[in-house]
Amino acid sequence: MHVTDLGHVVVLAGGLSHERDVSLRSGTRVAEELRSVGVDVEVRDADASFVAEALRTPPDVVLPLLHGEQGEDGSLRTVLDLLSVPYVGADPVASRTAFDKPIANGVAAAAGLAVPQSVVLPHAMFRDLGAQVLLDGLVSSLGLPLAVQPARGGSALGASIVHDAAELPSAMVGCFAYGQDAMVQRFVAGTEVAVAVVDTGGGPRALPPVEIVPDGGFYDYQARYTAGATEFFVPARLPAPVLDEVARVALTAHAALGLRDLSRSDMIVAPDGTVTWLEVNVAPGMTETSLVPLAVSGAGLDLGTLVVELLAQAQARGTGA
Amino acid sequence: MSSPSPSGETPLSHRDQGRSLRHGSRLDSYVDAYAERTLGMTASQIRSLFAVASRPEVVSLAGGMPTIASLPLDVIGDRIAELVRSDGQAALQYGSGQGDPRLREQITDVMRTVGIAGHPDDVVVTVGSQQALDLVTRIFIDPGDAVLVEAPSYVGALSTFRSYQASIHHVQMDDEGLVPQALREALAALAAAGTRPKFLYTIPSYQNPAGVSQPLARRREILEIARAAELLVVEDDPYGLLGFSGEPPRALRADSDDGVIYLGSFSKTFAPGLRVGWALAPHAVREKLVLAAEASVLCPPAFTQMVVSRYLDTTDWMGQVKVFRELYRERRDAMLQALTAHFPPGSHWTRPDGGFYVWLTLPEGLDSQAMLPRAVTARVAYVPGTAFYADGFGTRSMRLSYCYPTPERIDEGIRRLAGVVEAEIDLVATFGTGHLAGRTGLGLPAPDLT
Repeated sequence: MHVTDLGHVVVLAGGLSHERDVSLRSGTRVAEELRSVGVDVEVRDADASFVAEALRTPPDVVLPLLHGEQGEDGSLRTVLDLLSVPYVGADPVASRTAFDKPIANGVAAAAGLAVPQSVVLPHAMFRDLGAQVLLDGLVSSLGLPLAVQPARGGSALGASIVHDAAELPSAMVGCFAYGQDAMVQRFVAGTEVAVAVVDTGGGPRALPPVEIVPDGGFYDYQARYTAGATEFFVPARLPAPVLDEVARVALTAHAALGLRDLSRSDMIVAPDGTVTWLEVNVAPGMTETSLVPLAVSGAGLDLGTLVVELLAQAQARGTGA
Repeated sequence: MSSPSPSGETPLSHRDQGRSLRHGSRLDSYVDAYAERTLGMTASQIRSLFAVASRPEVVSLAGGMPTIASLPLDVIGDRIAELVRSDGQAALQYGSGQGDPRLREQITDVMRTVGIAGHPDDVVVTVGSQQALDLVTRIFIDPGDAVLVEAPSYVGALSTFRSYQASIHHVQMDDEGLVPQALREALAALAAAGTRPKFLYTIPSYQNPAGVSQPLARRREILEIARAAELLVVEDDPYGLLGFSGEPPRALRADSDDGVIYLGSFSKTFAPGLRVGWALAPHAVREKLVLAAEASVLCPPAFTQMVVSRYLDTTDWMGQVKVFRELYRERRDAMLQALTAHFPPGSHWTRPDGGFYVWLTLPEGLDSQAMLPRAVTARVAYVPGTAFYADGFGTRSMRLSYCYPTPERIDEGIRRLAGVVEAEIDLVATFGTGHLAGRTGLGLPAPDLT
């Protein structure tokens, strides 16, 4: 296949979510990779001009790299379906399911994956029933330490790890700044691993697992986007059977959630080799410090070439409307 | 980048030969090579939120961008074309490290409006007054040296001081700016600890971020304290000509030739894109500033200096300053009216008589930094108070700028912000806290936040 067959490719990046900055960096990075293999590509923001422009000159195929709400909750993909524009990645329903962490957790658990014990509550519930009694209940039922994060959203925004019950109210306030629902989980200790799944036509395949070792112990926003603040190992320094197991877990989640083309599952491997699945991203980050580009490189692949194959496949699939 | 592409038939395995990072990678080959002063230069989730603030859907009360739309851009365009045609050989060539002599003369004329009788030989033209600040810090500060700054202070100054590893000590302000007694106490406390601060950094007129101004009597008292303590004063005065009533306030430098380094700028009175500012310094200090400037940038851009020079020569630049004053006064009024109309009880704010900023303090228990993501969701942005402190204070405060949005947008932005504050009051009432641990401010300033 020649890249010129793709026609005009639009990388959608930016948007109005809290992850706009990350999305812009992902978009710029992937566009560079695509240009380096000869693709006619344009980076476009999902703003008020997007629909009018897409109606006037419809893109031949779109790569959505909008992170956070709109980009990953299925709404933007619904618009692309309405516009009859083919795009890379999961359809709106699967995106919405995957983006909602509590729902995705339920789907993954039903597929036989181990997920952390968790409780999801909206702010209003704490206000109406009394915060202290609910917070005490969370600590006594889940134990410490706890991982607190918004039920929807990425880049660890609003997420924190609580070691002491006294820190929990602040963690809840920080979490509710990013969304209406908080997911409080029993913190799972172990090796943090991300596994990208790609499907360029021969069925979903796992790329080499990436092991994440943040300097401060917590893979927060700063550790994610400051070059040098985190050490990565590809493949992860795990025994071969465990490497096979994390790949199996990622493929299981990808299939159970009905995802397509590309996804990235994040998980924790306990010292005894037990794998706990945490979440999946349908528009994973593609910045200079992101995990999918590392996994692609670790597999001996070229990111631009891989994305071209995904774009060609999306184009062949056509529109979902 | 020419690696094999994935084929549909070949299963990819983690055991495939690839560019393995078996020994680990930090994605930065120089991670162990950086100077200590880069330690705070990291990604920040709060900073990243400002990427959203730049979208037109968001009312940004965060940036300190002047409204240059009110400049006579067609006239300026003609002047610039003429400059290149008639004097291009000089305008596009290297220039003097100290700055264009004609512009330095004109700068002394500008400074007369705030009472300063300076000599062109003692003026150093810089790439914005930010570079003047950098040069002053470079020639005075060794790692660990103490500097005194107002509480709160300009984020760009804190960033410069931090990058030279200064020890930053905040001094209390009230509605009339820096408090003289607090300055005495800070000096005494440092002296008791065996430390003598290298200088006091102050913005006496329409302070950034607080919007307050030092009355004349207080300026004299501060100068007297500095004189007695042999404390150098670095006076930053970007907003002095942008007052809304009466004459421009008299600069500290007007009453102390030898004890004050005065920093000026054309960014607010003309255009920030030209990056032309200056320092007026005592002779010996000026010598060192010029050498430091040459080591830094060889010379300030001849082109933009000549643009400023022609602008001052050929247009009614003071008339334009009056246009700016009226524009900003109208926006200040819009912001104060909107705050009174929309904000819930328990908040208070300053009432600036010039400049760009209102400093707002939230009800007890609220944290402006924790609240910012919620504000961005509501399509309004501000700068959290912690950005203006080197020590993690300022959680209850925020800076609101009225210089860029129209009065109608200001009203809409304040209305949205009031809704966010009300929701945050509800949240904090629920959990009994709004404070998060480990505050370090915003780190480095983005140009549109200064």
